[in-house]
Amino acid sequence: MKSAVLVFPGINRERDMARALKLASGNETAMVWHAETSLPAGTDLVVVPGGFSYGDYLRCGAIAARAPVMDAVRDFAAKGGLVLGVCNGFQILCEAGLLPGVLMRNARLKFICKDVHLRVERSNTPFTRGYNAGQVIRVPVAHGEGNYEADEETLKRLEGEGRVLYRYCSADGAVGEHANINGAAHSIAGIVSERGNVLGMMPHPENHVEDIMGCTDGRGLFAGLVAHMDRAA
Amino acid sequence: MHSNEPKITPELVASHGLKPDEYERILKLIGREPTFTELGIFSAMWNEHCSYKSSRIHLRGLPTKAPWVIQGPGENAGVIDIGDGQAVVFKMESHNHPSYIEPYQGATTGVGGILRDVFTMGARPIACLNALSFGAPEHPKTRHLVSGVVAGVGGYGNSFGVPTVGGQVRFHTRYDGNILVNAMAVGLADADKIFYAAASGVNMPIVYLGSKTGRDGIHGASMASAEFDDDSAEKRPTVQVGDPFAEKLLLEACLEIMAADCVIAIQDMGAAGLTCSAVEMGAKGDLGVDLDLDAVPTRETGMSAYEMMLSESQERMLMVLKPEKEKEAEAIFRKWGLDFAVVGYTTPSKRFVVKHGGDVMADLPIKELGDEAPLYDRPHVGQPARAVIAAREVTPPIGIAQALQKLIATPELCSKRWVWEQYDHVILGNTVQRPGGDAAVIRVEEGPKGLALTVDVTPRYCEADPYQGGMQAVAEAWRNITAVGGRPLAITDNLNFGNPERPEIMGQFVGCLKGISEACRALDFPVVSGNVSLYNETNGRGILPTPSIGGVGVLDDFTKSASLAFKAGGEAILLIGETQGWLGQSVYLRDICGREEGAPPPVDLAAEKRNGDVVRGMIHAGTATAAHDISDGGLLVALAEMAMASGIGAQLLAAPASTVPHAFWFGEDQARYVVTVPAAEAGLVLAKMKGAGVPCSRIGTTGGDAIAIVGEDAVSVASLKDGFESWLPAYMAGKA
Amino acid sequence: MKARVTVTLKTGILDPQGKAIEGALKSLGVDGIASVRQGKVFDIELAGADKAKAEAALKDAADKLLANTVIENYRVELLG
Repeated sequence: MKSAVLVFPGINRERDMARALKLASGNETAMVWHAETSLPAGTDLVVVPGGFSYGDYLRCGAIAARAPVMDAVRDFAAKGGLVLGVCNGFQILCEAGLLPGVLMRNARLKFICKDVHLRVERSNTPFTRGYNAGQVIRVPVAHGEGNYEADEETLKRLEGEGRVLYRYCSADGAVGEHANINGAAHSIAGIVSERGNVLGMMPHPENHVEDIMGCTDGRGLFAGLVAHMDRAA
Repeated sequence: MHSNEPKITPELVASHGLKPDEYERILKLIGREPTFTELGIFSAMWNEHCSYKSSRIHLRGLPTKAPWVIQGPGENAGVIDIGDGQAVVFKMESHNHPSYIEPYQGATTGVGGILRDVFTMGARPIACLNALSFGAPEHPKTRHLVSGVVAGVGGYGNSFGVPTVGGQVRFHTRYDGNILVNAMAVGLADADKIFYAAASGVNMPIVYLGSKTGRDGIHGASMASAEFDDDSAEKRPTVQVGDPFAEKLLLEACLEIMAADCVIAIQDMGAAGLTCSAVEMGAKGDLGVDLDLDAVPTRETGMSAYEMMLSESQERMLMVLKPEKEKEAEAIFRKWGLDFAVVGYTTPSKRFVVKHGGDVMADLPIKELGDEAPLYDRPHVGQPARAVIAAREVTPPIGIAQALQKLIATPELCSKRWVWEQYDHVILGNTVQRPGGDAAVIRVEEGPKGLALTVDVTPRYCEADPYQGGMQAVAEAWRNITAVGGRPLAITDNLNFGNPERPEIMGQFVGCLKGISEACRALDFPVVSGNVSLYNETNGRGILPTPSIGGVGVLDDFTKSASLAFKAGGEAILLIGETQGWLGQSVYLRDICGREEGAPPPVDLAAEKRNGDVVRGMIHAGTATAAHDISDGGLLVALAEMAMASGIGAQLLAAPASTVPHAFWFGEDQARYVVTVPAAEAGLVLAKMKGAGVPCSRIGTTGGDAIAIVGEDAVSVASLKDGFESWLPAYMAGKA
Repeated sequence: MKARVTVTLKTGILDPQGKAIEGALKSLGVDGIASVRQGKVFDIELAGADKAKAEAALKDAADKLLANTVIENYRVELLG
């Protein structure tokens, strides 16, 4: 699997992501500067990593979403290419119109860094095939603006079409206010596009891929993507 | 010289923080009256914050050398060799006065400043820690300050992209009017690619890098050297505003130009901005500096020479560039969207010359600006020794179980999770041990090495006996690193004290330094960098003497580290080190008995080394399944912490007959650790310890769901955890 | 020419920052505040003196970047 990680000024989790991708695929990822107008040939997966691109100025991801490289990403996605946006990446994809809705300030207004549990809602997608449906995984969050909001109609569609792939839950898989760390609508932690090839999620699976971090639940996401690409190859 | 500047008057001199005799010194040095710009330059270079005039005579006594020390104090940060061609660059610095006035921005710029000190030497920052001291919880400003400072620390570190992995948070009424924000940064570099500040070569371009210059913080360094009074609220406009995004760009651009071999010397612009950095670069290299302020990028119009020289706008660096690399360096900076301007040249003249609009605004002898700064040997007087509190004379007002329950939920001992969950502590994916343990453990790149990092000090000990307190601060930092399996290498010291013009405060400073020096020597744990913050007083009331010690140690194999959580039931709990039951200056005596009294626990450095080396050995051999050093709250609190972190309780034997129970459980005797070993190995370990002359006894067995001492009421781990985790969030929500 | 673009949240969008500000005002003893919603103000200087052109440019700026029209409204004012 050939992956490309986008680097905007202020992005700061590109190395974490590169390490996770290398561990899963065995390949070095290409780092693509925001000013580029095309993606490397043969790219299978584009990743928009976490950070504070452009300082989160104006709105999180607002300026990065309008960078030259995003046109190439839009084309890539339109042709069915896989795009993964994590944290700031999710915010950028929403601002860029590749995903619906918006990420707003955490309900309790403070930045939160802690391990959370996520329920994997479906396993029959490239982004979740490394898990079982209903499986509960533990990954860290680290964000101040992870509160997913969209209008009622959009939320209905997302639920109806099974496009919510990851949901905040308690350790035993129960979804509810008690486990919703940032007030996100419907406890949404990650959603996929209409076509199913673009995923945006707030938590950081890339930080839970090695034993040293005390948990490797994040591996499934990357292993699943690799498996998906291998099958398609 | 320019005639549009204000005339020098005694009031003007005084408002610049210069005493009459200091002004006389200036007159003697330059043989004439200074210009207004020159007065500004002297006031910046000769204030306490930049010149260390009250402290440097005593700092000279600190041990600063070891075979693994590449660079000791005197540069932007200290550098130590950790083997395999790798070096660790680190320092701690204070941003106290500005944080009191504007907590968010004060904290944020404190973090920004210390990060720059580290990456200006060529090291990529890999971890941050901080030590925060706030006033009493009941004080009306405390919540606001805690909220702002924590948000500010997180706001900068999280955005910049470095994990904040450890620290201390304390509350005490002596910080009511003067909070302390000590920020520490740790970076990784190649040992043979360290960059220093000393300029070299004549006619080399001096280049300004980073954000534009504005009117931020003019007189910030002077503020740090003055006590607060009731007008301090008016000083709000002088606080600098930080931009972590700009700093992230600056980091990447600087590391790129360093890798492209463009840099001869580099220095960040911190306190007293352009003045301090330019003077130091020239002076260290025995060169003069010619600056042309017309070339300085400004974001305000009509800035005067004075303003440009004193501005403390953030996220700026000064560099001496290899002339042939100018185009390449500039291209790298433009790529990252930062300003790059040649603002001067090195000269052979050893003069510091500042031009603006065609006029010479300052012309001063460059070395003397630093070398001739006042050097004070201020009068210092020690305080009479406090009485030793005998354990038997302290009547326990409540039972052991109740005392434990109460202590674990005090501001001193409670969980600080509310604080560190606002810091990204997992970014970079290298945090082996997250906040909440004895020390943070960070993997170095892909391993196998790891770093153990800690910040520690016990201010009430320093107040009671500065010498013992100073020793204890270093000993505890050393213990923290040891307890996770690290080999302590070096420290950075952030010395926070009151008004040095008061002999008793100066006495605290001298006493603490003496203790620090002695501990550093005995433990082979030298000082490689540091910072002094004086005048932390309001209306004559000073802070507790607070010499924060930031310690760095190395683990040859990060997988051979220990954490404090009990790992399984049925394991033997061993107490290493001697316990007499020292209650003087203990949290128990203060928060349970209501007495802030007594001599602090004495430090036996030989015992510290012996006991610690043994514990480290057990951790590396895999014999110790859990390890925790004993500090505030004593043994029972340490055991409770190990239980709460795991959910596994402890069945404990009664206190030895030779000791007073509450003193045994809550005394703060030093040089002690709790270690667990598999039950089958306990006998062997005890025998070994006996043979080596290390005090060691089995005090109980892990297991169950409570802390249960024979003959005492049991306390459930769940209820302890409840008290432990709830105090701070409830307090911040206005409910505690 | 000076202009001001004010960006505000659409009605119905939850504004936790506004709520926090309301609470703080109450604790500070400021009476009679029923509700607060937080927005943004952009003070912009334009070249030239053509008012119609300026308004068009500002609307463009707001649509393309200054406002996230999914959740925000904006108002353009020319200040002369």
